Amino acid sequence: MNLLTLTTALLVLAALAYRVGQRRALRLRTDQRLAALPSHYGAYVALWCGLPAAALLVLWLIGESQIVRLLVVGALPAESQGLAPAQLDLVLDEVARIAAGTNLFEDDSLAAAAARYSALRGISDLAKAVVVMAAAVAGLVAGQHLVVARLRARDAVERLVRGALMAASTMAILGTIGIVASMLLETIRFFQQVSPLAFFTGLEWSPQTAIRADQVGSSGAFGAIPVFAGTAMITLIAMIVAVPIGLMAAIHTAEYASPRARAIIKPLLEVLAGIPTVVYGFFAALTVGPTLRRLGDTIGLDVASESALAAGLVMGVMIIPFVSSLSDDVINAVPQALRDGAYALGSTQSEVIVRVVLPAALHGIVGAVLLAVSRAIGETMIVVMAAGLAANLSANPLQATTTVTVQIATLLVGDQVFDSAKTLAAFALGMVLFMATLGLNIIALRVVTRYRQAYE
Amino acid sequence: MALTARRQVLETEPLATAKTAKVAAHGVTVFYADKQALEDVSMDIRGHEVTALIGPSGCGKSTFLRCMNRMNDTIAICRVEGEILVDGVDIYGPGVDVVHLRARIGMVFQKPNPFPKSIFENVAYGPRIHGLAENKVALDDIVETSLRRAGLWDEVKDRLNEAGTGLSGGQQQRLCIARAIAVSPEVILMDEPCSALDPIATARIEELIDELREKYTIVIVTHSMQQAARVSQRTAFFHLGVLVEQGDTEQIFTNPVEKRTQDYITGRIG
Amino acid sequence: MSKWAAPTGVSLADCAQARLRGRYRAERRFRYCGIAAICLALGMLGVLFATILAQGLPVLTQTQIGLDVAFAPGILDPDGTGEAETLARADYRKLARNALRTVIPEASGRRDKRALAKMLSIGAEEELRDAVLADPTLVGQTKRIWLTAGADFDALNKGTIARTGAESDRRLSDKQIAWFDALDANGQVRRAFNSRFFTAGDSREPELAGVLGAVVGTLYALAITLLLAFPLGVMAAVYLEEFAPKNRWTGIVEVNINNLAAVPSIVFGLLGLAVFLNFFGLPRSAPLVGGMVLALMTLPTIIIAARASLKAVPPSIREAALGIGASPMQTVTHHVLPLAMPGILTGTIIGMARALGETAPLLMIGMVAFIADIPSRVTDPASVLPVQVFLWADAPERAFAERTAAAILVLLTVLVAMNLSAVILRKKFERRW
Repeated sequence: MNLLTLTTALLVLAALAYRVGQRRALRLRTDQRLAALPSHYGAYVALWCGLPAAALLVLWLIGESQIVRLLVVGALPAESQGLAPAQLDLVLDEVARIAAGTNLFEDDSLAAAAARYSALRGISDLAKAVVVMAAAVAGLVAGQHLVVARLRARDAVERLVRGALMAASTMAILGTIGIVASMLLETIRFFQQVSPLAFFTGLEWSPQTAIRADQVGSSGAFGAIPVFAGTAMITLIAMIVAVPIGLMAAIHTAEYASPRARAIIKPLLEVLAGIPTVVYGFFAALTVGPTLRRLGDTIGLDVASESALAAGLVMGVMIIPFVSSLSDDVINAVPQALRDGAYALGSTQSEVIVRVVLPAALHGIVGAVLLAVSRAIGETMIVVMAAGLAANLSANPLQATTTVTVQIATLLVGDQVFDSAKTLAAFALGMVLFMATLGLNIIALRVVTRYRQAYE
Repeated sequence: MALTARRQVLETEPLATAKTAKVAAHGVTVFYADKQALEDVSMDIRGHEVTALIGPSGCGKSTFLRCMNRMNDTIAICRVEGEILVDGVDIYGPGVDVVHLRARIGMVFQKPNPFPKSIFENVAYGPRIHGLAENKVALDDIVETSLRRAGLWDEVKDRLNEAGTGLSGGQQQRLCIARAIAVSPEVILMDEPCSALDPIATARIEELIDELREKYTIVIVTHSMQQAARVSQRTAFFHLGVLVEQGDTEQIFTNPVEKRTQDYITGRIG
Repeated sequence: MSKWAAPTGVSLADCAQARLRGRYRAERRFRYCGIAAICLALGMLGVLFATILAQGLPVLTQTQIGLDVAFAPGILDPDGTGEAETLARADYRKLARNALRTVIPEASGRRDKRALAKMLSIGAEEELRDAVLADPTLVGQTKRIWLTAGADFDALNKGTIARTGAESDRRLSDKQIAWFDALDANGQVRRAFNSRFFTAGDSREPELAGVLGAVVGTLYALAITLLLAFPLGVMAAVYLEEFAPKNRWTGIVEVNINNLAAVPSIVFGLLGLAVFLNFFGLPRSAPLVGGMVLALMTLPTIIIAARASLKAVPPSIREAALGIGASPMQTVTHHVLPLAMPGILTGTIIGMARALGETAPLLMIGMVAFIADIPSRVTDPASVLPVQVFLWADAPERAFAERTAAAILVLLTVLVAMNLSAVILRKKFERRW
């Protein structure tokens, strides 16, 4: 019986339990006053029936593969049993594939293990179905016996639902813990192989590790400064594009544009924000990059086809709506009284904006820019597609450069041995990225909050 | 010093007809966080009478009203001390089911707040969640009776499936009253039920309150002294979180014991 | 002279007048700057769309070459059994090449023959086979069949590659172009709607590649995302907004949700790789895992949107329900939640639209593999639309650049549809209290 059938059977049984509970409550109601509605008693019995069984099923599913694995290892050829855990995993995957009949090559040495695997799976599936259904039926009977007129079924059901709601709200915490824990563990392992000092101050980044010991350039250098510098340069270019354009656009929509123009311009700018980043990446790599290269050729500059400039420019365009919509909100929040004061002295509108509105909105704008920077640092697809891989430590924006996100992506895409310094380096970079964006966001929120307090 | 003086006055008053009291409050004190909203209020509310709570804004009369069906529980920072007995049982005691309590003590709010559903669904909701009707016929019956008692049946009987929010303000408020009486409460609390209505709608509601007195015990908070005088048999005057004086409505309005009551009803404070 | 006069002896009025003109000029400059900024931003948007449309739209049609194919029994069914299996295994390449050579007999030498063969796609063999299997009576007849042209000839027909210039720089030789022109003049070249692009999976050959595999993968992944993120998000929002006591723990949860919303998407990919793949041993490249990662990313968006729309339900509704003795849970499930639902759905659609365009985290969990099959289960290896865009954008053939643009058009169409439905939902159910 596969999982879908089992789940369906469980649901059907729970529905049956609902009917049983409801019927029983209706019978009780003929001569006693009930403490809850019949439907509550139904839900109560259904929960008794479904919950323990479902919990059992989940536990079984978690434990099942581990136990089957242990038992299959016993049936492997002797030489396979002594393998390192990582290689053993590969062999076991192979066994599973043979058992499923999806293996490409016949490997008779594993046939016994495969047969054992199939048998164990079969037993486990059957046992699982029997145990889970038995638990469900037992729950149904027990729940049904608990139904008496005094039972506050609604309270019981609602307490449970409330618990479930609370559990759901902790998912966010679990997510954060998951992120931090997964990256922290790998980062610590990375720093056991490469010293943090070398990572944070090294000037050479070439994360190749040797496959064979005699390979050329097999040492691998993990100095992350060129990567950080590349990230900084692309972010800087993006900000040079996005901040003036975004800010001027925000000023125009907030202060000058008629309501009708505003109603058209704002959604159009939002469209820029809604375009998937991979589309910008395509645009940067296939349109902006070559265009810049041709432009460079005509004026005698050597522009690489994958350049920091192309990636930075397009990233800037992507970030414009981010800066403009945040700044727009901030500018709108500046009290009209401040503007009136300046107008009354005979200022022109641009003077009011530059001398009064912008200084008053400065905190909020700084916050917006910081959020935009954090966004730019974390952006992946544009740089992966348009900025290149070479970790040059150079201030020339016309050359190819690389960023933290590009390195994470390239180090981890494709099949990797999971314990090598190369893959672990990606997690270390991820940790740096996570901390940097988190820090920027916290600072930005602080700045914005302080701004809000000033006008409330 | 002033507070203790007030309390002495209260204690000298005879505890009116404690035996027939439907609701009896003893030493009710309410805090919102650190702010005290109600100080040591004790009063009895008799069955099948209309009791009006009057006083200037912020005097605590609404707070006291909301204590009686524990609606204050929904405000996290609110703390209630003292006891309120309904038929001799403390509603703040252990083992009291708040939900059941609120079914026994209904409430009508300042602004009409019908659910954005049909008129029928508005009235039927209470009976449904409390399991008061075993079948559709019984439910129809409850809805009709409630709407009749609320004096709304003739106006809405042909459009029970239309949205309750489409009615006029006065009709909406009567719909809310119908919704409250559909669960057969013993007491109906009304928190300035006419403050959002025009004079004609107000007159309808006041008539209705007088009719409902026959079946229910009613406590009404009102800003308008005329309204209190028109609809109530008993009146209690609150000021600055303290129950200053309570008594028969006629006595309060014609011959108040307390100077502050006198000042309020003649318009000198408030 | 009073102390109010300007120091140069010019009167205040004159001085201000002179300055005023300058100030107005500055005002105009400032205004133009603003307009220029908006034009620049929207101009970029226009260029972006124009580029993609210009590149992507030609993919809607596919060049086909009409050949009078002689379905020679000697090639198809030498033993004359007429069995479907024999027919399925026959040498259709030979059939196609023979048909080509009969039209263009002047291609003789080996190199010429090879150059001529490029005129048809590899997929032409399959098309011939399908034609024969669908109608076995074709064997022995000669019939005009329209076959998919090779990618370069397709481009030639659409005018996207050069006809002139140094021959060595071109994808097609003069000879090839001449053959093609001859066929064209003969009425043996046509452009037909490219249905293959919408019904096929990925392929190494640009003219055979389609988006269906990626679309199905996307649907699976988004279904998982929706199934996980929507209930969890709504439940979390209901708890935080309606039930949670205002204490330290709730505060921590709220801060966490806001932070999670700001974490770069690639970090979620790292989480997926480390936790879902390496720790729980879930399959690589599967929409199941992709959906789980995207769900984690979408969760904060849904929670924040759901809380906002729960907050917008006026307290009077809650009081009304509580006042007639509904329990807090009944109040929420019967009244508050249904009223907040349009807002929650709008937020969910917007969150899902963002998840739809997300690429980086999916690269981390191995969704970049070349997968030609259309996935049939959530655990099958699959690609998703944005990753397909990424993969094709990386391919060296020019024809793939066009398919990339076309895939982007598909992606953007779905995105626009989702956002429009969100806007309509908001407009339709928007309620003013």
